[in-house]
Amino acid sequence: MSTEKKNLLEVRNLTVHYETDEGIVEAVNNVSFDIAPGEILGVVGETGAGKTTIALSIMGLLPKPPAHVISGSIKLDGEEFLPSLPEPEGPFDFAKKGPWKAEQKKLELRFREIRGKKVSMMFQDPMTALNPVLYVGDQIAEVIKIHENISAAEAEKRAGDMLEVVGIPRERYKEYPHQFSGGMKQRVVIAIALACHPDLIIADEPTTALDVTIQAQVLQLLRNLQKEYGTAIMLITHDFGVVAEICDRCMVIYAGEKVESGNLEHIFDKNMHPYTRGMFESLPNLEEDTDRLKPIKGLMPNPMDLPSYCSFAERCDVCEEICKSRNPELIEVEPGHEVACILVTEKLAAQNNAKEVK
Amino acid sequence: MSKITTPAMVKLSKKIEKNANVTSNTPGREALKRLRKNKTAMAGLIIILIMFIVAILAPVIAPYTYTEQDYTATMQGPSAAHIFGTDNLGRDLFSRCVYGTRYSLPIGIICTVIGLLCGGALGLCAAYFGGKVDMVIMRIIDVIQAIPSILLCIALVAILGNGMWQLIVAIAAGSIEGMTKNVRAAVFMVRSNEYVNSSKSIGVSDANIMVRHLLPNAVGMIVINAVGAVSGAILSISSLSYIGVGLVAPTPEWGAILSEGKTYMSVAPHMVLFPGLMIAITVVAFNLFGNGLRDALDPRLK
Repeated sequence: MSTEKKNLLEVRNLTVHYETDEGIVEAVNNVSFDIAPGEILGVVGETGAGKTTIALSIMGLLPKPPAHVISGSIKLDGEEFLPSLPEPEGPFDFAKKGPWKAEQKKLELRFREIRGKKVSMMFQDPMTALNPVLYVGDQIAEVIKIHENISAAEAEKRAGDMLEVVGIPRERYKEYPHQFSGGMKQRVVIAIALACHPDLIIADEPTTALDVTIQAQVLQLLRNLQKEYGTAIMLITHDFGVVAEICDRCMVIYAGEKVESGNLEHIFDKNMHPYTRGMFESLPNLEEDTDRLKPIKGLMPNPMDLPSYCSFAERCDVCEEICKSRNPELIEVEPGHEVACILVTEKLAAQNNAKEVK
Repeated sequence: MSKITTPAMVKLSKKIEKNANVTSNTPGREALKRLRKNKTAMAGLIIILIMFIVAILAPVIAPYTYTEQDYTATMQGPSAAHIFGTDNLGRDLFSRCVYGTRYSLPIGIICTVIGLLCGGALGLCAAYFGGKVDMVIMRIIDVIQAIPSILLCIALVAILGNGMWQLIVAIAAGSIEGMTKNVRAAVFMVRSNEYVNSSKSIGVSDANIMVRHLLPNAVGMIVINAVGAVSGAILSISSLSYIGVGLVAPTPEWGAILSEGKTYMSVAPHMVLFPGLMIAITVVAFNLFGNGLRDALDPRLK
């Protein structure tokens, strides 16, 4: 569905590893996805599945070392943001080091230009995402001053406007973050992210630290502003409720791999991957009277030691012999709906064969 | 919601309002308030201020100049004419001690500021960039630390020669390693906060993050250490002068006065007693003030 439109963000085969003393953590494995302009993509997965690592790679904020982008491509508006040259092997690899360093420097400068202007990020905890010693207004003005060639007074005026946009009276410009409640702080964070009208906002669990009422307010605000400015949002969360509320499409990440993606109908009603199904089954049902929730048994495999076959096999209810033979590939079961499960692949192949025989 | 009616609720709402006013204070003002309540810290601060006033008004306060000699009254104990007594050349010790404030205080502070600027820049870079930068800077600091700082000062003075500026450079260099470590530790604590990452994500440059976001948040810890370092620097000046590599006679530096008096310690103990007391009082004052600052700025001790 997204192929005919020009994509804002194209991520292809992104693989990111963290090289630590204990071993190599395979945080993100071969993940590809697109975000169209003005679209809200929900990224769902449990803690440690690699959601934040994907977000940080797009922002160019991966802590290097220990993080290494092994392969892949990240294109924002058609512009490549991953280095094309291979990393030098060790400190004495002078032949590769020079050009590699030059490219890194160029990329970093380019990243600094686009951060806040084209793509900005909202962090999980609004309590710590604001600098406690600066006025909240000045923190909004900062991003405007960096990216737009306007006077300090004008930037301050625009920062005041942004405060009003997110529903905070302009009189509170000269107040410190500790004088604001959690929800208001998150509004300020939204104001900072939106101040320069970026094309894409990456929101890393923007509502996790808030209570349910404030959560609804913040989501509503985000949705309204998204409509007003036409900003695309990549919303990282582990709450399907949030996804249902504001997302257009959704992508499920498990152990650094994309296991299923599609629009809300695909994910909520026609989901095929056992992991997605398990997650929906573990949700409490209001109509039934049950004593216990139904969890997915087991834990996510250690990302330092991923199996060579389907990483969900050990926890899967419908796991068969074939599941432990190879890695599943991502296939499109219907336009826009992708699933990475060997059983689904096999079933589909069998159906196709049957059709051909007929 | 219904209106506030019962007296208890009125009381409660007033209390809430009052609390709201309290929280509207800035963190700095809160700290100042705590500092003012701390009696020992205020005592330290008052002594420091008195020392400064004495230094500024030295010609007015001192009854004699610091070189004026009276050969009819050498090595006299405290009396009405010479309240701290006189030294072996008949100079008034009180006047010399008063003029001494003009050396110890400013030199101590200048040394600390220079040390803080150099060490601070190094520590800030080490903590912010981490990795190799941190490694290189901290290993160099480790090497410097391996040399006792007083030995380093003596060696530097031996190379640079005697004089006030040489002394300042030597003591400042000796204090760099401690400053670097302190600033690095302070910045490390602040760096892990999310707003550092979040300001990166809106395109703030490294230099700006360090100056606008990291330093102001780490400044509390840095100031505490710096105030403590002033007393250390004052002690260093005095000890260097005492062993004869600091300021030389007839400069009325407290350590130098002590050094001159040590020969006559058994016959005229006042010659070492009073300059020693001056050093002790100043150092204690700075330490008290530094401790008070730490208590005031550390929110955990509220």
